[in-house]
Amino acid sequence: MAQPEHLLYTKEHEWVKLDGDIATIGITDHAQHSLGDIVYVELPKVGRHIEQFANIGVVESVKAVSDLFTPVSGEVTEVNAELDADPAAVNRDAYGAGWFIKVKMSDPAEQKKLLSAAEYERLNAE
Amino acid sequence: MPPRSSDHCAAPLIFEQGALGRANRYVESGKPLETFLPHRLLRDDLPLPDNSELDVVRHFTRLSHRTFGIDTGFYPLGSCTMKYNPRVNDAMANLPGMRDLHPWTDDALAQGALQVMYELERSLSSLFGMAAFSLNPSAGAHAELTALLIAKRYFKELGQTRRDKVIVPDTAHGTNPASAAMCGFKVISLPSDARGRVSLAEIEKVLGDDTAVCMMTNPNTLGLFEDDIRRIAAAVHAVGGLMYYDGANANALMGNARPGDMGFDLMHLNLHKTFTIPHGGGGAGHGPVGVAAHLVEYLPTPVVAWQADPDADPSLAPSDRLRFRLDFDRPKSVGPVRSFWSNFAHAVRALSYIYANGAQGLTKVSQLAVLNANYLRVKIGEFLDIPYDEPCRHEFVASAAGLKKRTGVRALDLAKALLDRGYHAPTIYFPLLVPECLMFEPTETESKETLDGFVAALREIVQTAERDPEAVLAAPVTTVVGRIDETRAARYPNLRWRPRGEALQR
Repeated sequence: MAQPEHLLYTKEHEWVKLDGDIATIGITDHAQHSLGDIVYVELPKVGRHIEQFANIGVVESVKAVSDLFTPVSGEVTEVNAELDADPAAVNRDAYGAGWFIKVKMSDPAEQKKLLSAAEYERLNAE
Repeated sequence: MPPRSSDHCAAPLIFEQGALGRANRYVESGKPLETFLPHRLLRDDLPLPDNSELDVVRHFTRLSHRTFGIDTGFYPLGSCTMKYNPRVNDAMANLPGMRDLHPWTDDALAQGALQVMYELERSLSSLFGMAAFSLNPSAGAHAELTALLIAKRYFKELGQTRRDKVIVPDTAHGTNPASAAMCGFKVISLPSDARGRVSLAEIEKVLGDDTAVCMMTNPNTLGLFEDDIRRIAAAVHAVGGLMYYDGANANALMGNARPGDMGFDLMHLNLHKTFTIPHGGGGAGHGPVGVAAHLVEYLPTPVVAWQADPDADPSLAPSDRLRFRLDFDRPKSVGPVRSFWSNFAHAVRALSYIYANGAQGLTKVSQLAVLNANYLRVKIGEFLDIPYDEPCRHEFVASAAGLKKRTGVRALDLAKALLDRGYHAPTIYFPLLVPECLMFEPTETESKETLDGFVAALREIVQTAERDPEAVLAAPVTTVVGRIDETRAARYPNLRWRPRGEALQR
């Protein structure tokens, strides 16, 4: 599946959508496919400061438990509470209803360290 | 009929059968409970099953027909070593002197049992090149935790409390990072190289004065021997770290190579896998922890201590001329890790297995396990991808990624279709680094005919998938329970029977 062009990506299969200084973060469709049915998502609390590429949570599927890494630094401003009751939203709509958190970015220059859609696709093709 | 909490099952639970007063009571109850128990300990309601003896026999016989074990059929579950457990070992554990011994029996009256523990400990130490073993831990993950507690205590004694990193390759066992985290260490995951092995260059990048332990499985979960192991161990030792050997795959090298000689300082064995003990289904296991000489004093208590018996008949065998006792006075020990003397009956089984096979027999066990795995690898390679296609050890990994691309049939579907043909499924989706992976471990106890039958069944499933994927996606159709709703099972586990009227809590 082609990657949405307007997003940036990490090697660890997270996506990030930038809107001013607010970043919305989730995991890619490729990630949800490899994980299988997701049963639980553990996310950081609103107000927490997180550092780029740090481990900020856990995604648990019927097959495996995986760490979640943040593509950008900043303060968590919002958490997708829907995922508590319906973690399968990540499987159904990884780039939409399955978003994880919103972060107020502290350093916009960090996006230079992220991958474009084409770069991320190349990584998966390897 | 009222709805049951086990609606999804074809058979009712034992709680849901019988009726009040149905149980056969051979013994008249004595004094009323009120006369000798305090009132606060009494309850009006205790919903225990009340069944006739015949109902109970039929219930459990029916369940035993519905289960699948090594006694039923081939069970190639990777990294689990589902070998046949010879009945003679159970017979030894069932000898009245072993079976009926009370754990609080005085050492002087339990010399035979202590001698069993001593001889097993000595045998394991010599087979795997360790200075000493503790028989205390109950199973693999428990043993990993015990070994990491030993490492922690050792570094504390040395004043090196800043060592908090445990290195775990991606071909290691899934419990390794969990045990390390449980013990308060930070886990560093190490990617394997193109050959599916730990590379010296990669591990050197993460080694430092904060390295505590490197946990490795050899052969690893791809069934490949870590051929650089000595140089890896030397590099870990050079920064002051310890090497831990996960014995889950010890059936590949028993009698042929010793972790102690590879440079490992700590290790565990799963006696239920490599030796003999019926397992699968979560039964009691046994996971002794072995250590090199510099770690012996940290082993859990108690250990079996011995001294020469001056009154012994000199014509007796050496270990028959010793007096044994349980030694609790070990100041640097990490302390007891479980109650009493662990799963003692399993120690009897394992020692019986060792003596029945002898040193040459045990060497042959692992050689045949490797031979069977390689036979299966070549045969299955005719119709499934083998990502690391080279001579394996006791197990190997195949991939259904190509099949999935062509037909939509995944590793999970192949596993389900095998159930329909009377075989237990292989391990699937582990190790995580191989997409759509199936891990096969045939063990040494299977005949060529059994392996050929299995290959034919799997080949037929793959051919069906290429022609008619829907037929494979519908499997299993012959089992008591079909496809499980794994998501629901993980999110809303229903593990406890509740009396009627008590609401099922989510």
